Amino acid sequence: MNENSWSNILTVASSTLNQMLRSATPVALAALGGLMTEHAGIMNIGMDGMILMGAFTAAAVSTALMSAALGIVASVIFGILVGLFFALFTVKLRSDEFIIGCALNTFAMGITVYLSRSLFDSAGISNAPHLHNISIPLIRNIPFLGSVVSGHSLFVYLTWAFVILMWLFVYRTPVGFWIRASGESPETLRTAGRNPERMKWIASILCGVFCGLAGAHLSLGNLNGQFGQRMVAGRGYIAFACVIFGGANPVKVFAAALMFGFFDAIGLQLQSSKLVDPDLTSAIPYVITIIMMVYVVVSGQRRRERIAKQQLKKLELK
Amino acid sequence: MTDEIRFEHISMEFPGVLANDDISLSIKNGEVFALVGENGAGKSTLMNILYGINTPTAGSLYVRGEKITDFSPKAAIDRGIGMVHQHFMLVPSFTVAQNIVLGREPKNAGVLFDNRKAEKLTRELVKEYGLEVDPSAEVRDISVGLQQRVEILKTLYRGADILILDEPTAVLTPQETDELFDVIRRIVREKEMTVIIITHKLYEVMAISDRVGVMRQGKLIGVENTKDVDEKKLASMMVGRPVLFDHLEKTGEPGEVAIEVDDLFVADNRGLPAVRGVSLQVKKGEVLGIAAIEGNGQSELLEAITGMRKINRGHVTVCGKDATDKTPGEIRALGLSHVPEDRLSTGVDKVASVTDNLLVGRQKEKRFNLFGFHQRRSTVERYAKELYQKFDIRGAGIHTEVGSMSGGNMQKVVVAREFSFDTPVLVISQPTRGVDIGAMEFFHTRIIEQRNAGAAILLSSADLDEVFRLSDRIITLYEGKITGEFKASEITKEEIGLYMTGTGEGAKA
Repeated sequence: MNENSWSNILTVASSTLNQMLRSATPVALAALGGLMTEHAGIMNIGMDGMILMGAFTAAAVSTALMSAALGIVASVIFGILVGLFFALFTVKLRSDEFIIGCALNTFAMGITVYLSRSLFDSAGISNAPHLHNISIPLIRNIPFLGSVVSGHSLFVYLTWAFVILMWLFVYRTPVGFWIRASGESPETLRTAGRNPERMKWIASILCGVFCGLAGAHLSLGNLNGQFGQRMVAGRGYIAFACVIFGGANPVKVFAAALMFGFFDAIGLQLQSSKLVDPDLTSAIPYVITIIMMVYVVVSGQRRRERIAKQQLKKLELK
Repeated sequence: MTDEIRFEHISMEFPGVLANDDISLSIKNGEVFALVGENGAGKSTLMNILYGINTPTAGSLYVRGEKITDFSPKAAIDRGIGMVHQHFMLVPSFTVAQNIVLGREPKNAGVLFDNRKAEKLTRELVKEYGLEVDPSAEVRDISVGLQQRVEILKTLYRGADILILDEPTAVLTPQETDELFDVIRRIVREKEMTVIIITHKLYEVMAISDRVGVMRQGKLIGVENTKDVDEKKLASMMVGRPVLFDHLEKTGEPGEVAIEVDDLFVADNRGLPAVRGVSLQVKKGEVLGIAAIEGNGQSELLEAITGMRKINRGHVTVCGKDATDKTPGEIRALGLSHVPEDRLSTGVDKVASVTDNLLVGRQKEKRFNLFGFHQRRSTVERYAKELYQKFDIRGAGIHTEVGSMSGGNMQKVVVAREFSFDTPVLVISQPTRGVDIGAMEFFHTRIIEQRNAGAAILLSSADLDEVFRLSDRIITLYEGKITGEFKASEITKEEIGLYMTGTGEGAKA
């Protein structure tokens, strides 16, 4: 009896952590894109719409061409286009970023359903060719760890690689420096002989690509080849929150996404346990997000206070 | 010496403004050339053409005999032209080394940014030119003087041999200015660089330059050898008429105390202590000047006195009544008027007309009102016209949108409004920032008029000359504390400079 409940706990724990990695992935992917625009000084709240359109593109192309790989390629191409579109308005035409982001989100809701109806005679897509989960040899046999880490879709593992690559890109390459300078002090970059607008275009395109991938993961990786109008469920906004929470540092942003994933997984566990109303449990990650944002503000204040005290001490020592 | 740079009939037209009008000018190799003129005379525009930010609408530019056709900062940098802008072009969160190499980063294996090499290159430059600065410090943590060094090092890293400095001393203390001039002299002598310095401080022209060009309203008025001219001559060339600067007559004896500040503590926007135990008194009929480098608590002090900032500890008394932590309106009612530091954000309503800006604070007066809600527009406009003429505001009349006026005229609107209250106490901050010499003379005369009429005036200015000219007494602030108090007639600018940096005799910071 005792041993039995112990192994029960382990099973619940491993499936929660497994789900955490799964849930964190689309948010992390989108956030990797969002941190690029954040660094370039563009406020991007249009990620939700970018993800939704990416998910639809992936599902639709995958269905039409009977290939999940081509679906993913299509979502990347689409991401480039949507990034170009976003940059056209926010960088070139200098429209209000907030309005364009809102417009993108609203537009995505309408256009995806419209296209879905006219192409597939239905508001959603199901049974598109999708990605299969990868079972990693050797690792899958490790107790506990194997059941957490192994058996995810390709995107989950790709995301880990992207986190490292993007960290290197942002903090260790000249272009990364230029993108950050283009947001923080564009005229400085211009007088250094580099074009800040071009950096913003690059950031915007990267954001589109990552949001496209996040969408492709949602429809072809996370769900088994499905698309529905409400499937993104505000993950674009969560991703935005993660970007802010992680200070646009890819590693910290990924940690924030994992935190979201963790609470999402807890919510799902509670849901399946039927102890709590499912509508309430699905709200958990969003409530946590709000708490996270409050934490960002409070910890920022604390840090300032601490620095203030240190400086005061220094002054008094003089 | 050969011609390093030649402007031939250069004109630059912005929509509605001819910023540079047919300018022909040669600058020689290895000289320090000063470009002077009032605000809006077109100095920066001309230099921005040389640095490739502006493309001239007419005329041609030659650098070392080569005609320039591609105007861009990148091309200018490649030609060895470096510019230190008035507002520093630095990325605050990057380190000194990262800022210096920005745009031309040393790379590891052809891809990754090589931070170690960037810092090594910086150290080499530091050593070569004697401009001491820590390569790994973040720029937002270092002083303005050091930031300027970073700017200069940046241009040297890019291989500049022509250096343009746009108002380089505006933010520096007298000591830092001397150091900068030493650096300029050294790079000209040892590295044979050509330096162009834009300024409107004439004694600096005399101190550093070989030749000087004077601009006025987009035109080049004249080019002189510095040793053949004096400050007076330059000033009248700049303004276009003789400028008489030495007849501010101060009369009367100081009367009773009108502003009293007792052991005041105030925090800045970040919550850091900005004012730390300041006590002062200003008597009627005197000007107390505050001399301090920007960011040493003078802004917060004046904001606390005028009710715009919360007081943490201590007391403020205006005309014998407690003004501690009262609202600005309540403090004004005690008899205080305020010319704020930043006229754009707190001095005027940019989108409102001159009339409405002049009316602010008087809306409730009976003569402008009917039954407390109907505004007597014709009375208001008559009043506005009166002030408009009295204060020599120059614009397209009293209906002009204030935001479209020049800095000097905008400031005249603020001063006209505040001085018209005829209050016993005046708190004045940066009265002539961004204002040309002609208008400066006007403001100074007005301020002394108020003083002679018995007003107690507390003045803060980044322009040390101004503080000296107007004040009866001067206090120095350093890191939120008073480090010295002097009679203006009994101290020199150099001595004051020491107290402003907390190194004055007996100063404790």
